[in-house]
Amino acid sequence: MPDTRHEPIRVGIGTPLNRVDGEAKVTGQAQYAAEYPAAGLLHGVIVSGRIARGRITGIDETAARSVPGVVEVLTHRNRPHTPWLDRNYKDELSIPGDPFRPLESEEIQFSGQPVALVLAETFEAARFAASLIDVSYEAAPHNIDFEASLAEKFLPSKKRNSYHEPKNHGDADAAFDKAELRHEARYHLAVEHHNPMEMHATTVDWHGDGTLTVYDKNQGSQGVQSYLCNIFGFSKKELRVVNAYVGGAFGSGLRPQYQVYLAVMAAKHMQRSVRVVMTRQQMFTHAHRPEAVYTVKLGAEPTGKLTAILGDATTSTSRFEDNMEDVVIWGMINYDSPNMKGEYSIAPRDTYTSADMRAPGAATGMTIFEIAMDELAYKAGVDPLEFRMINYSDIDAMYRTPFTSKALREAYREGAAAFGWDRRSPEPRSMREGRELIGWGMATGLWNAEFVETSARARLTADGRLEVASATSDIGTGTYTVLALVAADTLGLRPERITVRIGDSDLPHSQVEGGSRAAASAGAAVQLACQAVGAKLLAAAAKVEGKPLGDARSLEDVTLTDGYMILRSDPSKAVSFADAMAASGLDVIEEEATAKPGLGDRISQMTKSRNVHSAVFAEVRVDEDLGQVRVTRIVNAVAAGRIINPKTARSQILGGVVMGMGMALHEETMGDPILGRWMNHNLAEYHIPVNADVHDIEVIFVDEPDPEVTPLGAKGVGEIGIISTAAAIANAIFHATGQRHRNLPITIDRLIAT
Amino acid sequence: MIRFDYARPTEVSDAVREGAAEQATYLAGGTNLVDLLKENVARPTRVVDIGRLPLAEIGETESGGLRLGALVTNSETAYDSRVQERYPLLSSAILAGATAQLRNAATNGGNINQRTRCYYFYDVATPCNKRNPGQGCGAIGGVNRIHAILGTSPHCIATHPSDMAVALAALQAEVRVTGSDGERVIPFADYHRLPGEEPWRDNTLKPGELVTAIDLPAERFTQNFTYLKLRDRLSYAFALVSVAVAMRIEDGRIAEARIALGGVAHKPWRRLEAEEVLVGRAPDRAAFDAATEVLLDGARGHGANDFKIPMARKAIPRALEQAAAGTPQSQTDKRLA
Ligand SMILES: Cc1cc2nc3c(=O)[nH]c(=O)nc-3n(C[C@H](O)[C@H](O)[C@H](O)COP(=O)(O)OP(=O)(O)OC[C@H]3O[C@@H](n4cnc5c(N)ncnc54)[C@H](O)[C@@H]3O)c2cc1C
Ligand code: SF4
Repeated sequence: MPDTRHEPIRVGIGTPLNRVDGEAKVTGQAQYAAEYPAAGLLHGVIVSGRIARGRITGIDETAARSVPGVVEVLTHRNRPHTPWLDRNYKDELSIPGDPFRPLESEEIQFSGQPVALVLAETFEAARFAASLIDVSYEAAPHNIDFEASLAEKFLPSKKRNSYHEPKNHGDADAAFDKAELRHEARYHLAVEHHNPMEMHATTVDWHGDGTLTVYDKNQGSQGVQSYLCNIFGFSKKELRVVNAYVGGAFGSGLRPQYQVYLAVMAAKHMQRSVRVVMTRQQMFTHAHRPEAVYTVKLGAEPTGKLTAILGDATTSTSRFEDNMEDVVIWGMINYDSPNMKGEYSIAPRDTYTSADMRAPGAATGMTIFEIAMDELAYKAGVDPLEFRMINYSDIDAMYRTPFTSKALREAYREGAAAFGWDRRSPEPRSMREGRELIGWGMATGLWNAEFVETSARARLTADGRLEVASATSDIGTGTYTVLALVAADTLGLRPERITVRIGDSDLPHSQVEGGSRAAASAGAAVQLACQAVGAKLLAAAAKVEGKPLGDARSLEDVTLTDGYMILRSDPSKAVSFADAMAASGLDVIEEEATAKPGLGDRISQMTKSRNVHSAVFAEVRVDEDLGQVRVTRIVNAVAAGRIINPKTARSQILGGVVMGMGMALHEETMGDPILGRWMNHNLAEYHIPVNADVHDIEVIFVDEPDPEVTPLGAKGVGEIGIISTAAAIANAIFHATGQRHRNLPITIDRLIAT
Repeated sequence: MIRFDYARPTEVSDAVREGAAEQATYLAGGTNLVDLLKENVARPTRVVDIGRLPLAEIGETESGGLRLGALVTNSETAYDSRVQERYPLLSSAILAGATAQLRNAATNGGNINQRTRCYYFYDVATPCNKRNPGQGCGAIGGVNRIHAILGTSPHCIATHPSDMAVALAALQAEVRVTGSDGERVIPFADYHRLPGEEPWRDNTLKPGELVTAIDLPAERFTQNFTYLKLRDRLSYAFALVSVAVAMRIEDGRIAEARIALGGVAHKPWRRLEAEEVLVGRAPDRAAFDAATEVLLDGARGHGANDFKIPMARKAIPRALEQAAAGTPQSQTDKRLA
């Protein structure tokens, strides 16, 4: 019998659980891509190009090759053969265009492009030799200036898969012209680089029997595996990709980065193990959030009721791929207006292709839209929160479809109450303490709730230990912990008895981790696999002498707690997992399952919108003379369905809010137009918030039961925290100072100059 | 990073002999030099690690001041009770810089000898006269948000990034150096230099000379002082503009004033005329504004750093107010006093 002297601790969905991988991380036992040992390892150091566009005319490798320990220098001249067709270079998240091929030819497409890989027996020799490589170029005219690139903006005929065309309604232009209240302004967001703590890195373990293991920093092992197999001609049996621990990524690991390509190319060429690690400076030579301009026009009745929404946005991309984001749709989805129109284009320039970065499109578009909404609220003389309520839409206002759930009203209410919004004095510059002007601002966040086909395996052994496995990733988001919780919940086991294995292309299928969908998707798969194990257990229990569980046929008939199946109708009847397995002669029960949208789900996906919402409230204090901003308080109330692990979910929101503070005040990659190069490419001069910048952040999860959105009722919380946090801060700065800032980040020079 | 020989002498005389070699460089805490080595900006053939030299003490000078050994760390200096009591301005300025971890490793000698944070200087793929004389200056006409507005030359518009040095300039410290020609003492105002025709020279050290100590004079400013630093985030960022003020007020009038600016020039910026403007006047806004105008006389922006002029114009009087009121800027409470 289970121990009934004290209430068994039932840990499951909704239990705030510490990270199950926390100890491994803080004790250094968690291994990251660059940390795996491999016999006979060669160290590869990437030489980065100097010019933005043109061609390589010469490479002098003599000095580099004479450094003791150097075994090879790979350049476009001597690199091994690679396939010819673009389709071999497509990755899981490929976008229209010609994917970048490292060391392909003498052509230079962006500053910092890898031009050589030096391979040596030691890292020191490789690094020294890399500094001796002398590359000469013939430069061609380039442009990295975004404003200049707008002259070439266009809407590609071939759209990116993830792109959603805005759906227009009514006659927005006419309605805007007729509107009694109007707001029109152009907003700008600077380039941001992802800069996860861990640099992109790959260790290729060349086993010598034709197989290799690629330890790589990425957000999806199986996507990288396919990419590498397509290019380098390995089969999936031969080439395995492991990303067991990932030191953050924020989207920079969604697509394979060039170091993994170079590492595998070198390993194959040398028939040896190879490690390639990017420097921090090189982290500024690839993925980045696109620069954006967004003109918002809003028309309203005197009461504040919107009559027209018009948005026209352009984001930056490279000259070789057409990266697209959903920028203008968010305000149209969120607010009720009879007339709406969205336009979008991209502008090419001579940089690497821009990429998805935490909440791509919405972090830009919803944030900016929410600054525009604030502007119109002041024009209407309506409290900004009240203004949102006037324009609240119970349905998706753009697609005109109902939501599976939308507890935004509750988020507004609970967020406002926690913040004390009703004590706000409406006039700008009306709140101060000493020399600091105090401002309160708010904004609405909106993001997708996705669910994608994912598989998982569950394996219960007779000693009562469970292993669950899926190829999904944990990029610091807490996937390990969430999956442990789901398994604990389903089989009633304590998390200590559960091992989670993820981040390995050998494991059951999973897509890349992105779009805040891993917890809902892999979680659903783990639940299914565990339920299958449970069903087997129940069947096994029927063999126990005396059949204590009677005719219990379904898991509904029993409670699973602490390794026991207890009959619901008569809790004095129980069978332990171990007894059930012994009675049936089972050492192991192993089940694999795939969670995917069923017919009903697919209908629901076609007819209903699925979104996460948030209400963000910010308090800033701005020194009246010197423009120094302190963000002293943030309340972020999130409606994200069922919260699997309140602890890691809260961490996700905290991280998103801090990143939103960076978007509001700090993050900006500055480019030199003459050199065509990002210049502040180090963490001393690329600023993100530090401890002193971060004060009180309160996270609220409002109740939002939604069994329809995903099998677990979870919506995902990885990205919603960043969305519109910057708007709440920018709106608070306006309330404090009376100055409207339409360029993000609002650095101190912008505040001092006005 | 290139290959170099490495020496770790234990006597100053040996260090100076090692340091006299062509292309030699001294390594102290390494918080700046190691980055420069990794970026191939510093390319010494010989690194002389001075970490074992007996220069890690703080002691009294004969003239009643304090001698800060070159190898005393920034943290030890800032938290030394004698420094805190007698030179709170210095303590404050040090604590305004970098992070606790960096200050624990950084030394006093290394701090005043740290190189500029100019983006181009740090990136060998770009032109820079300071790194490669004659190459041209990328920052002029380029990204120059953090660059100088005073004392620039057509060859270089870099700033000196140290906070500590700004306080040392206001306190009129002296730098003790030893070279193959023996020991000499350099007044702080003469230690750093303007870029002029030779932007590659940050200071007036002769090749191979080693800083052994920084002497603080007897004069203390314990009532009326402040270190006000404006930057891109509330900690762990270099100064866009900083102001060190040391003042003596007698009978409601300014008897002595020292003002040094950081983040605006190739060296801590002082103008004695600006300080003279204040002497004998009541510490009021009019006096502060008058001094500010003199200090910023000739200031010129280069585009992205134009804002530093209005920023300095507002920061200087504010710092003077803080000092005069005896309410120095806290380095832990980030609210501006
Ligand atoms: C990310 C970051 C942020 C920072 N922020 C700030 C800031 O906000 N404010 C600030 O003031 N500083 C800041 N610093 C700089 C820091 O203060 C300096 O790096 C540090 O003081 C240098 O001291 P060190 O002992 O490590 O010098 P090292 O790195 O060892 O040496 C620096 C230079 O000084 C020379 N040198 C060292 N000792 C002597 C000597 N005794 N005689 C002659 N030459 C010598 C070396 O040859 C080298 O050229 C920051 C640094 C980093 C990396
Ligand atoms: S400002 Fe000075 S340090 Fe910067 S690029 Fe110009 S010459 Fe070099």
